[in-house]
Amino acid sequence: MSIEATPKGSMGVAMKRKEDPRFLQGKGNYVDDLSFPGMLHMAIVRSPYPHAEIVNIDGSAALKVPGVKAVITGKDLEAAGLGWLPTFHGYDKQMVLAIGKVLFQYQEVAAVFAESRAAAADGAEAVEVEYKPLPVVADPFVAKQDEVLLRPDREAKTNHIYHWEVGDKDKTAQALGAAEKVIKQRIWFPRCHPAPLEPCGCVAQFDTMGRLTFHVTSQAPHVYRTAITIVTGIPEDKIRVISPDIGGGFGNKVPVYPGYVCAIVGALKLGRPVKWIESRTENLTSTGFARDYHMDVEIGARADGTVTALRVSTTADHGAFDAAADPTKYPAGMFGVVTGSYTFPVAHAEVDAYFTNKAPGGIAYRCSFRVTEASYAIERGMDILADELGMDPVELRRKNFVRKDQFPYASALGFTYDSGDYHRTLDVALEKIGYQALLKQQAEKRAKGELMGIGFSTFTEVVGAGPSKHFDILGIKMFDSAEIRIHPTGSGIVRAGTKSQGQGHETTWAQIVAEELGLDPQNIMVEEGDTDTAPYGLGTYASRSTPVAGAAIAMAARRIRERARKIAAHLMEVGEGDVEWKDYKFQVKGVPAKSVTMKEVAFAAYTNPGQNEPGLEATQYYDPPNMTFPHGAYVAVVDVDRETGEVKVRRFLAVDDCGTVINPLIVEGQIHGGLTEGFAIAFMQEIQYDKDGNNLNTNFTDYLVPTSLESPKWETANTVTPSPHHPIGAKGVGESPNVGSPAAFVNAVIDALSPFGVRHIDMPITRDKVWRAIRDSDPAKG
Amino acid sequence: MIPAAFEYIRAGSADDAFAQLQRLGADARVLAGGQSLIPAMRFRLARPAVLIDINAIKELSNIGIDNGRLTLGAVARDCAIERAPWIGERRWSLLHDASRVVADPVVRQMGTIVGSLCHNDPAGDWTTVALATRAEVVVRGKAGSRTVPIDEFLVDSFTTAVAEGEMATAVRFPVPGDRTAGSYQKVERKVGDFATAAAAVQVTLAEDGTIRDAGIALSAAGPCAVRVSEAEALLKGQKPTAEVIRGAAAAASKKSAPQADLRGSVAYKKNLAGVLVSRGLRQALARLGVQS
Amino acid sequence: MRVSIKVNGVAHERDVEPRTLLVYFLREHCGLTGTHVGCDTSSCGCCVVVLDGDTAVKSCTMFAAQADGREVSTVEGLAQGGALHPLQQAFWDNHGLQCGFCTPGMLMTSYALLKHKPNPSETEVREELAGNLCRCTGYNNIVKAVRQAAETLQAAPVQK
Repeated sequence: MSIEATPKGSMGVAMKRKEDPRFLQGKGNYVDDLSFPGMLHMAIVRSPYPHAEIVNIDGSAALKVPGVKAVITGKDLEAAGLGWLPTFHGYDKQMVLAIGKVLFQYQEVAAVFAESRAAAADGAEAVEVEYKPLPVVADPFVAKQDEVLLRPDREAKTNHIYHWEVGDKDKTAQALGAAEKVIKQRIWFPRCHPAPLEPCGCVAQFDTMGRLTFHVTSQAPHVYRTAITIVTGIPEDKIRVISPDIGGGFGNKVPVYPGYVCAIVGALKLGRPVKWIESRTENLTSTGFARDYHMDVEIGARADGTVTALRVSTTADHGAFDAAADPTKYPAGMFGVVTGSYTFPVAHAEVDAYFTNKAPGGIAYRCSFRVTEASYAIERGMDILADELGMDPVELRRKNFVRKDQFPYASALGFTYDSGDYHRTLDVALEKIGYQALLKQQAEKRAKGELMGIGFSTFTEVVGAGPSKHFDILGIKMFDSAEIRIHPTGSGIVRAGTKSQGQGHETTWAQIVAEELGLDPQNIMVEEGDTDTAPYGLGTYASRSTPVAGAAIAMAARRIRERARKIAAHLMEVGEGDVEWKDYKFQVKGVPAKSVTMKEVAFAAYTNPGQNEPGLEATQYYDPPNMTFPHGAYVAVVDVDRETGEVKVRRFLAVDDCGTVINPLIVEGQIHGGLTEGFAIAFMQEIQYDKDGNNLNTNFTDYLVPTSLESPKWETANTVTPSPHHPIGAKGVGESPNVGSPAAFVNAVIDALSPFGVRHIDMPITRDKVWRAIRDSDPAKG
Repeated sequence: MIPAAFEYIRAGSADDAFAQLQRLGADARVLAGGQSLIPAMRFRLARPAVLIDINAIKELSNIGIDNGRLTLGAVARDCAIERAPWIGERRWSLLHDASRVVADPVVRQMGTIVGSLCHNDPAGDWTTVALATRAEVVVRGKAGSRTVPIDEFLVDSFTTAVAEGEMATAVRFPVPGDRTAGSYQKVERKVGDFATAAAAVQVTLAEDGTIRDAGIALSAAGPCAVRVSEAEALLKGQKPTAEVIRGAAAAASKKSAPQADLRGSVAYKKNLAGVLVSRGLRQALARLGVQS
Repeated sequence: MRVSIKVNGVAHERDVEPRTLLVYFLREHCGLTGTHVGCDTSSCGCCVVVLDGDTAVKSCTMFAAQADGREVSTVEGLAQGGALHPLQQAFWDNHGLQCGFCTPGMLMTSYALLKHKPNPSETEVREELAGNLCRCTGYNNIVKAVRQAAETLQAAPVQK
């Protein structure tokens, strides 16, 4: 037995991650690492046409390829009642394998099962499909015209999927009409894709009792289990979903994909395990894309810069099916947070969504459910307003910030922001970046014709879905859960309904438990992802884990502490009311020398519980009372080479406020990663379709992921404004860097180009676009 | 992504490899670095029935300077140039620059210069460098080995003077004189990309400080890398002034005939051609101690 | 065809189709799943292994047949006698990994890098790692980790 260490806290400790040793030694357990006796491989046949009737599918040649065992098509699935899959959003369904026609290039058309990966590939190549091309709609504004109906399967014969709005339309129109200054700008957030390095995949196997074990790259294993029951009719107790180690999610691994359903069907039909691992090309062309919002932003203000109204009207391109994985009541996600950090007295936002011949999706890539789009719109809008008013963009923001004393703040679009200190966070950013010195340097450089830009983004975002009153997915409320059990020797295990894909839950969840119970986080094991053992949760995405599951864990730990207090009282032979939890120990009130540690109590729980229930465990399902509202102040400093259009990011500072920080090392890592994604989106990433519906960015040679050389050196800092309603005062943070940074980069570039009077450039800001903006600008301003 | 099936032959010697190629003709492809071929095979865009692996042929990996020529065998790796003991010499500065921006550092461990020349991607790096340095490619055919000047070697996009059944065995660069420096200016969207535009520049000065000889070539400026002989002619015999450089740059921009693609528009790439030639010349001259 | 490769010092001999890529030979035939497949265009570097002791190669862009008779080192061979290699320790100390998928490739590229450049500057590290993509970490901590490992190895070289 080692010497008893004095119990101490674990909150805010930058401890090394507990999960790292297996990854460092190549012993991670990703889905493609799995192999089972008799396992078959599956390959998918995909459509080269963006829109076409399927005249015929002939699998006979494929069946003759050595090793190929079966070929299934949409018709086969339809006959088994599995032709269509409900989308998470609930208002649409999507084909598993194409039925009657294909609606986007690379859409799934047939599935081939074979003895080896190579045979499956050969088999897929041998499937003969005859198509009759149909006219393509590759533009949501064209889809709006309803000249070509894409979804005759739907009741409403239109390409218009839905109209959503929030806020006061009339008051906003009035206020804009009366404003001394109005800016209006079409701001497009182009289509991009999260592209985690591990593509999606699964292994499906049925045991002799007909029970399905489904290993799958899923950010939400319990939701998958329920979804599989709904789709296949297999009772939920006969399904076990296991999300093993996941090589990055970023929202890519939230939807249930057609390949998953095909693998399950194949495993059932053929009586053998089936593995399906998609290729990078399949990942980029058919799994959930992100963004693609065309936003008309109008801001009304007084001449002194006080904002008076905000109106945003959006055309959303959803692709061929409405598979945007939003909570049911929020078809446009949390877009209503578009008023951002500012006190707009009135606002109105509306979104109209359309089908096009493109891959389905929309909710992905650290978007917090459309908060990335909203944040980009308002932060660009404020800069455009500042420019038109001739005001410093920092001063304009500061003037309109929600003040600390105004929290909880009810926004014009229905959110109640829990807490924030926008002025302080901005001040920290200005001081650290040396704003005044930068302004001076910029003036000197401009005099010499050198292009330098400073760009800000002071965003507020909303995460932690969410209160049961408002949030559900497929009808399941968005609570989350924790189950904690402490062992006789003071170690323990916590299981949660979330599923880390790199966010470090094996460490941070242990830290929460250790902090609440005065135990060693090294001895708190964390388990997620197995639906047979983990309590039901809604998974990890939209930065909800710490706000919801983190709260559940803290609350469950407190339940344990309550139980333990009774046992402590028994051990110390005092009344329950005489025992308090202080300095990570149970102490007799007023007699600090008389104390017992949680470790001692744990032992007693099993060996000497007295009249108390033996054992030491608790479960908590947590329904959050509100969302949490992290915020930040980001600054980008850029230098532009006018001859080549290259933008060099000289510095980038991110000051984040996510309330209480569990592990600063992990939070900083999340910020670095998210900033790199924001950087990629701002400068080099786009999923483009040409007018004929051809996907132009189908692999990593043209869908660009920045390397260590392009990526800037990130500078970070933080302020702490706890969430008043969260048990440990924590907010989410993983997505903030992707939410906040694109606007900072774009604002910086536009600032650099202000001598040329350039008002806006759509992302990705390529060298060509910069060069042309300079070349085509008003020579009077050059 | 799994390639289509093929037969594999590991050639033990250059003679062996050549004999196999002659026998198999269009059914066979040579496998050296494989960094272009294997990805094409994984997408099933290339489906050779037979792969002839030449990586084990020692004589083909030779790198040697002899008789005024730098000879790189067919299997000489990009990284071997990067690490060559002589690569730091000023006369090799063009090759030095280029060797650090071809593909990415790991791909360079396997990729070969000769392979790159034979692949002849319009936006490739080594083809452009070869043009600017007046390199020659040794091609072995039925009638024996012949030396093909690079200008004739590069025929069209992805097409070279290597005919069916033939094999490129080496590339030869003339050893530049003492008062020579170069520069490779590449604009790429990120490391690992082909050039959005690139300029290979090599300048030799005469005793009196005028430009005795210049090699200027562009990548991503046409179906193949392009020599800007007009710019070379403008520079020859001239003192390296800002005006002369401007003239060369303008000639390059004019000569450039790029395709618009995801990397950039025609106008942008033509603009870059001029900008990069200008920057390349100034850097090469600076390396020669000349301010321009 | 018969292919024999020494992986982490252990001989593996298998009958494989010539089209078997080295990465699948390692993963499926040798059961060493630490080397990963992340793309189809040799862009991501998740598949990097070390050939003949000091050459980093993308194993998805090489046939197992090409490595016949040669030595391959994978991430599973880095730790010696239960002790983590200084690179592994440095990645751990500096939070140089999150999802772990790019990590084996990063470690093996770094391993080869430090053989050729034992004391790389920050810029040199960023240049040399540019064939390995990461979506999670933003690279800052990976670069720190490689530099820490370089220092450790210079002070106390590992026998390998």
